[in-house]
Amino acid sequence: MTIPDVREHTTEKNWIGKSIPRLEDRRFLLGKGGYIDDLVLPNMLEVALVRSIYPHARIVSIDTSEAEALPGVAAVVTGAQAAEMTDPLPDFGPDPENHPWRCLAVDKVRYNGEGVVAIAAESRAIAEDAAELVVIEYEPLEPIVDPMAAKEDGSPLVHETLGTNIAFHREFTFGEVDADFEGADRIISDTLHWGRSGGQPIETVGAVADYDDASGMMSIHANSLSFTSYLFMLAGTLRVPSNKLDMHPVSAGGSFGSKLWEVKTPTIAGMLSRLCGRPVKFLQDRMENISNGDHHGSDRRYEVDLAVMNDGTLRSIKITTVEDYGAYIQFGVGHHGNALAQVTGPYKMSSVYYDVTAVLTNKCQQGAYRGFGSEVGNWVLERMVDLAAAELEMDPAEIRRRNFLEPDQFPYFIPTGNVYDSGDYGGVLDKALELADYAGWRQRQTEARAEGRNVGIGICTCQERSVFSATEFWFWFDEPGAPVSSMPESVTLDVDALGNITATLYSCAMWGNSPETMVAQLVGEEFDVDPQTVNVVYASSNQGLPATGPGGSRFTVMVAGAVEVASAKIKKKGAAIAAHLLEANVEDLTWVNGGFEVAGTPTARMELADIAIQAHLFKHGLPEEIESGLEASHVYDHPYTTMPNDDRTDLGVFYPFMGHACHIAVVEVDPDTGKVDFLDYAAVHDCGTMVNPRSLCGHIVGGTAQGIGTSLLEEFVYDDDGVLQTPSFAEYVIPTSMDVPELKIGHQETPSPYTPHGIKGGGEAGRMMAPAAISAAIDDALRDHGVRVRRLPATPERIVDWIDGGG
Amino acid sequence: MNQGQTERHSVSLTVNDRAVEAEVEPRLSLADFLRRHLDLVGTHLGCEQGACGACTVLVDGQSVRACLMLTVQADGTTVETVEGLATNGELHPVQEAFRTKQGLQCGFCTPGMLMRSLELIRDNRGITAEQAREGLASNMCRCTGYQYIVEAVVEAASNMDTEVNQ
Repeated sequence: MTIPDVREHTTEKNWIGKSIPRLEDRRFLLGKGGYIDDLVLPNMLEVALVRSIYPHARIVSIDTSEAEALPGVAAVVTGAQAAEMTDPLPDFGPDPENHPWRCLAVDKVRYNGEGVVAIAAESRAIAEDAAELVVIEYEPLEPIVDPMAAKEDGSPLVHETLGTNIAFHREFTFGEVDADFEGADRIISDTLHWGRSGGQPIETVGAVADYDDASGMMSIHANSLSFTSYLFMLAGTLRVPSNKLDMHPVSAGGSFGSKLWEVKTPTIAGMLSRLCGRPVKFLQDRMENISNGDHHGSDRRYEVDLAVMNDGTLRSIKITTVEDYGAYIQFGVGHHGNALAQVTGPYKMSSVYYDVTAVLTNKCQQGAYRGFGSEVGNWVLERMVDLAAAELEMDPAEIRRRNFLEPDQFPYFIPTGNVYDSGDYGGVLDKALELADYAGWRQRQTEARAEGRNVGIGICTCQERSVFSATEFWFWFDEPGAPVSSMPESVTLDVDALGNITATLYSCAMWGNSPETMVAQLVGEEFDVDPQTVNVVYASSNQGLPATGPGGSRFTVMVAGAVEVASAKIKKKGAAIAAHLLEANVEDLTWVNGGFEVAGTPTARMELADIAIQAHLFKHGLPEEIESGLEASHVYDHPYTTMPNDDRTDLGVFYPFMGHACHIAVVEVDPDTGKVDFLDYAAVHDCGTMVNPRSLCGHIVGGTAQGIGTSLLEEFVYDDDGVLQTPSFAEYVIPTSMDVPELKIGHQETPSPYTPHGIKGGGEAGRMMAPAAISAAIDDALRDHGVRVRRLPATPERIVDWIDGGG
Repeated sequence: MNQGQTERHSVSLTVNDRAVEAEVEPRLSLADFLRRHLDLVGTHLGCEQGACGACTVLVDGQSVRACLMLTVQADGTTVETVEGLATNGELHPVQEAFRTKQGLQCGFCTPGMLMRSLELIRDNRGITAEQAREGLASNMCRCTGYQYIVEAVVEAASNMDTEVNQ
């Protein structure tokens, strides 16, 4: 491929950049959101699961007779029976045949909470009653909990067929690592541990399946990503022809990654619907979502060495990480691809060593959580930069500024081969320092410390890569997994006879992001119409064009590409119609304020609605080649992706549109209780051209709140016996309004030279940065106590321990 | 434990100004009653253990976790849900403030947030941002980080004050 053309972006925009109220909101405010649990089909059954009470055990016997006998129970299905009706779930990990993942456990259970038996009944209550009547005899096996022990020879095995608990291991060297380390003044080293948290949206995952044995059609309504491009895999699992599976997207009550490609729930619902000949709803309860939801976030231990010069110049980094993936590995180590997309952050560093070991244990498996592993990389790099600054006695802002890439260095290829399209990191830092009143806070900090108060300031300057390519899921192996793909996104625009516009989306319904508002603003910009008048609908997969949906902060950029070309197609046809009717040359027409007019003759003009009614109703008055109607579709594949090289010293371009942000947190820590209070918090983000600044701010604040949870509160805790200690919101602590400060938000817009309007992704937002800023602030607050945050979450108990332990 | 669940109790209550009478199982939660028997699906269930607050409704003017209250306990009460807020398609000032301030993203916690906000505004004339923030700690939102919900509550209170005074 070639590098895409550099675009010229106009700054004159009518709708892009305006904080219009969201198109999505009215239905939610009225309580008419149309979530999955609101869908009730006639004669519908509901599902409850029996889940494993053991982390690791052989299933000796299952007696379902009492459950089956309960009035109102339609079906009781064990894992072995499910395996006769379904194939293993789609698994993008290495060696999937050696760690098969099924919708219900067969022969043995591999984590506390894994589904063993599914029950369909007339109501959820009856299904739960029946679940209590299932008798399962287990033979407990030694739990595999600690990934460091699990990776050693002689450990008991999560999957005997794999012969090891190491699902993947590889070292990568990008650039002259050894030379950069030999030439360094100092090597800064540390051990870090990012704990296990997850998206935990307030709505869980659910599906309503309706199998029609007359047509053989399997219709499934789901709040998971419909993922039309890869739907054939789910069809394979369900053993239905790929053209007989129709996924209907349903609005999700939040996802943050955790509903990405969630295939187990629709599989169980689909299997039971076909078995019972009735519609079936399966909606996880909270404990199911936490313990068996297949979407825990990263859980990584790190050994890191940073090569630096005495003037603060960063040269190289060596990262060795062991990741605890849980019992299965559905997305492989794509999370580390995410980290490698921006592994050197905003800094000029010339080489990277990366050693990743993916370990299987008796825990719920990982999936996706806002950042998909790149947020962890951000935290690690910033922890190391802070440590370097401390050792060199440099201001944390100064060491960062000294190493920033300069605005004239873009496009810039980092050592791993990924490209950063554009940026102005010094500009963002300046804005953040001013917004936070950094100098003022340093003064107030000095005063507070003189009073014995533990006030600290933390700064981070982090990347937010956007718009992935699929290479990051297979460049781990020498064999090319596939040609390059940036994963398509599609739209159909239909201008009706009165000139009203409907946009059809194909990937999934909204997830809490703003797909309708984004598309409406983009369409409004193209056609000079009020976005509030644009109708946005979602097609089911069977009616669908190729589409992928949100993930990796891609949706707005991708759908903008689709809208741009679909709009151009409509305008081209509209211009031909207008030229014919105005008796003008099409080259003489220009689009002005919602219609075509003859250049220099504004009275010779047709509005979009005038053109539309001609196109819809009066084809025979138009040139022969023009067909009736005024609609166009476009499938957009952004062009900037390249192949990795053969020895994987260059991974190619796989995440090119690079956002950036600076967060500054000011905290006060009570050393007696370990409580962290926010005194101030400033965040300046640059994700290129903003479409709806207010919505972006919502992602920044919401993402930061999740970052606060990750930093201070949230962890899926498995005890030494592998038992999940946090199965509900009583133990898994999500930030409330009292845990989140009021953010000061600033923006910088450095447009991407390669995307429509210069948009970059911004949806993962604050969670990419907050943990680094907060960790640094805690360090700074407790520097007299010798504390350095090496593990997240930094709970009050841990902070007190670190103080008592001296660091 | 399923024995005895066939027993039914009669309840009569007022839901969004409508008189409702029903025969219900003693174990039926108010949330399930609203959702499944009255088709008022705006009241959402996030955790079913009283932690998240998505199911918050007002019972005799006080916010209640509808997942923890049994329908039989609501006998004789007056219940307000999100469906009762708008009149003739016009958003209630609290809903309107959430819309203009973008105090929602996925919308799932929103009905509970709206009902809790309404209670806070009724109970605290001239509510401040600090009071709103403290009062909203009862309800979890995973999307917004709360900032624009706090702004919406203050704005709604101000608008409602104005309406009363006019």
